[in-house]
Amino acid sequence: MDKKERHKNKSNPPESEQIVQEEQTGSQVPEKRRAGIASKWMEGSGPEADIVISSRVRLARNVRKLPFPPLASDGQREKVHQLIERIVQNRDEKNSKLNLRMLNISALAPISRQVLVEKHLISPLLAKESRFSAIVLRDDEVISIMVNEEDHFRIQCLMPGLQLEKAWQEASYYDDFLESQVDYAFHEEKGYLTACPTNVGTGLRASIMLHLPALSITRQINRILSAVNQVGLAVRGLYGEGTEAVGNLLQISNQITLGQSENEIWQNLYGVTKQLISQEKNAREHLLNEGREKLADRAGRAFGILKHARMIDSNEAMQLLSDVRLGVDLGLIESIPLKKLNELLVLTRPGCLQYLTGKTLNAYERDLERAAQIQRELRGD
Amino acid sequence: MNRRNMLCERCGKKVASVHVTKIINGNKTELYLCDTCAREKGENISFEGKFPLHQFFSGLMSFFPSGDADAMAPSSYSGLQCPECGLTYAQFGQIGRLGCDQCYEAFGENLVPLLRRLHGNQRHMGKIPARAGSFVKAKREIERLREKLQRKVDEEAFEEAAELRDKIRKLEGEISSGGEDHG
Repeated sequence: MDKKERHKNKSNPPESEQIVQEEQTGSQVPEKRRAGIASKWMEGSGPEADIVISSRVRLARNVRKLPFPPLASDGQREKVHQLIERIVQNRDEKNSKLNLRMLNISALAPISRQVLVEKHLISPLLAKESRFSAIVLRDDEVISIMVNEEDHFRIQCLMPGLQLEKAWQEASYYDDFLESQVDYAFHEEKGYLTACPTNVGTGLRASIMLHLPALSITRQINRILSAVNQVGLAVRGLYGEGTEAVGNLLQISNQITLGQSENEIWQNLYGVTKQLISQEKNAREHLLNEGREKLADRAGRAFGILKHARMIDSNEAMQLLSDVRLGVDLGLIESIPLKKLNELLVLTRPGCLQYLTGKTLNAYERDLERAAQIQRELRGD
Repeated sequence: MNRRNMLCERCGKKVASVHVTKIINGNKTELYLCDTCAREKGENISFEGKFPLHQFFSGLMSFFPSGDADAMAPSSYSGLQCPECGLTYAQFGQIGRLGCDQCYEAFGENLVPLLRRLHGNQRHMGKIPARAGSFVKAKREIERLREKLQRKVDEEAFEEAAELRDKIRKLEGEISSGGEDHG
């Protein structure tokens, strides 16, 4: 962190300074830094983990009678910040069991913020917002709460594999816990009130991250995705709104939040996901029957490049990782744990590369470092 | 086809990563471009596109006015203002975000077409929070009891009516004291 950053941090509470210092000490030890990239959702466990990377549920919640963050004054934002800080720091028995800690965004170096974005724990919007914004994290990072993003609170539950029901239940549990101590903005007719009318009602956005390489290779993907759109679901690339589908990874989420119950919303997404999984499996079967050797060759070449390339850009890395993953899923090349492949998706991102090396890297240096990190991971040392 | 090694058809230097298919008057043209050229040519193919949300809202608001022709005039919208946070309806159209929970009351009917357009619905069917929910449940109970009370009064069953009246008062008392706590 440079001097300018430090200066900005002066006004932060001492606790967060401590955490930042811990982070900095940690960042001197490479193993510790590497461990900081891993997260529960990358574990490659849970149902359908070969195709469904993760399941996410997030709930938008606001405090009654306080302006929503986009229009709130610093004083009003601070009120929300204090409210959640008091809850997280309260060490009574129930709270302690929740294993929550809070990080102020203003106390985090730009690279640390970017790492949190790349790990899907905060949004790019929150990363830019330093006025009394914060992230509350459970130890395993399955639960996170963004504070003073577009809504006062955004409770997220992010789990490995296809586990929408569990993700909804967990998020709802933390929602109940917050509601026991905070007066929510809730309207009898309109439900949970949110800054953006696209979230009002349940405030629930459920999403699934999927790897669909066979549908892409067999050129069925666009037809299928337009069908998904027609049933009221949104399709996006790996990093949310406006991002492209790189490495055959897609996010699918509900758009409607008002007029359906939470169970209906996640069940609808679950049903469509099951359909996509079976279509993807059919396409894989078809590819195996039609050109097993071709597919094995493709995966083997990708593996070779990843193991030996000296520089590699992000898109190429993602595409090759997709080819390798398909090869591993179908038993065509040597087995690599899904956990490793999932972590590679994240640790090859620009923020993570810079966090791992503890240095600011330009695009050229990142391509070098990306190749080096991938080699290290795949050699397994 | 191995598109990975294909070079951009415009600059011929970088690897093509965007495939553009255009069909104009039945003529199909295909282009393989790199990121940079695709952006410069405005062929940015992302799932969301670059269509800003606020434009989307202002579009919806003018397309779906609340009813009569007078409401079409922007002035009748912009006149609306939330007494709590001061946001005007016109500003909401620009930023696409509401200012506070009271905005939903203040803009009431004007939001209905927008919500219906976005969600196909306008009534919350999901979770009711325990505390804010007890208020909602009590309110619904009062509505029910009032109807019953009216029937008893019509039937001239005054003893039962008095009982119902007391019940309603008790619930109303609970709501208003709860409201004070929260305020």
